[in-house]
Amino acid sequence: MTENGDATPLVQMEHVNKHFGALHVLKDINLTVSRGEVLVVIGPSGGGKSTLCRTINRLETIDDGRIVFDGQVLPAEGKALARLRSDVGMVFQSFNLFAHKTIRENVTLGPVKVRRQARDAADKRAMELLERVGIAAQADKYPAQLSGGQQQRVAIARALAMDPKMILFDEPTSALDPEMVQEVLDVMIGLARDGMTMVVVTHEMGFARRAANRVVFMADGQVVEENTPDEFFTNAQTDRARDFLSKILTH
Amino acid sequence: MDELIKYAPVLAEGFLENVKLSLVAAVASLILGTILVGMRVSPTPVLRAAATVYVNVVRNTPLTLVLAFSALGLSDQLGLVFSQEPSVNSFWIVAMGLSFYTASFVCEALRAGINTVPLGQAEAARSIGLSFFQSLRLIILPQAFRAVIAPLGSVMIAMIKNTTVATAGGYLADAAATMKEVFDTTGASIPIFIGIVIAFMALTMPIGYFTGWLSRRLAVAR
Repeated sequence: MTENGDATPLVQMEHVNKHFGALHVLKDINLTVSRGEVLVVIGPSGGGKSTLCRTINRLETIDDGRIVFDGQVLPAEGKALARLRSDVGMVFQSFNLFAHKTIRENVTLGPVKVRRQARDAADKRAMELLERVGIAAQADKYPAQLSGGQQQRVAIARALAMDPKMILFDEPTSALDPEMVQEVLDVMIGLARDGMTMVVVTHEMGFARRAANRVVFMADGQVVEENTPDEFFTNAQTDRARDFLSKILTH
Repeated sequence: MDELIKYAPVLAEGFLENVKLSLVAAVASLILGTILVGMRVSPTPVLRAAATVYVNVVRNTPLTLVLAFSALGLSDQLGLVFSQEPSVNSFWIVAMGLSFYTASFVCEALRAGINTVPLGQAEAARSIGLSFFQSLRLIILPQAFRAVIAPLGSVMIAMIKNTTVATAGGYLADAAATMKEVFDTTGASIPIFIGIVIAFMALTMPIGYFTGWLSRRLAVAR
């Protein structure tokens, strides 16, 4: 799994706690993500999955504990934090494409403004990435003119354009019409095969089975179980996980 | 009618001063208002507080007092002088006061615009590594501006009409002051009133139509 032979984990979370007011959303989370690993986080709604995902690029701050990314504790703010975020791609549930910019501009903005790439080179790369996710023909349209599935694939291309060290997926298919889920999952499975480090919060059990190296089950702000996908789906160790699986897998 | 024709040239000269004041104040208040709104939404508490105090004080002070303070306080007492020529100096003092005043309204219109931009836009901007300033300039403000073009048009229309209280800042060359001067010699004249109203409407009505059209054209589809 470690492509470049670097054995240190890409992400280390140590004793991470977070509260939203009185609600303790993350309870003493200890978790590592290895380089090249695809980690799928599943669990009931309100269990802290999205919050966990969003702490890794500090869209959510944490109350205590620490998060180390690529050997460096997450910077609190400023330029160092912006630099960290440029190395961590993020794909949102609601796509969040820049509404006033074309598809091509959405993909080139980061490379040009953050990475200081030349416009020509960024355009060329953007078209390659859009080709890869199957949206090249729509490059000059605006986000609102695309379907949800297409927008989400553009969002993945936008993340890839930064050459990130990992990509966070925060329920990437939850806002999609059912017939558009697979086209997004196909792109994600392709990325997983290419060795991209991914943390994926999802309800798509099929994706977890096919692409995950490891499954983390979260409930009530805690990591209840960590396992391989096969073990987890066939032989979950905890009652909480078995209970969850029985509710979603029986029909 | 005769007095309107007779005094039309002086009145037109006066009106030209309103136009000049409007142009300066439009540019300056849009720039200053944008800076203010940037401060109001910035992560730095000191900047936020400073802009909030500024907007609340200036926006709630009558314009005549703002202009009188600019002329008597800033210029006469504190020695802020743009030109040794008194009429030129008064022009810039009034332009400055009017710009400061209008900027607080521009700021609030833009802040309403920022509130229409979904939070996810800022999160996406931050997550690709844009700084606060970059995401404001490249992502948030462009969408905020488009959302409030029509209200900004109203702010500009109010500002143009506000140029007629330039007298309060010691500037006596605008159309309203000129009209008063003419009335002092001829007595009040309805045709002159109407003439000036029509001149202002010719200036402000197209702004209303233009900004309405522009806001529909530039609306951000979500």
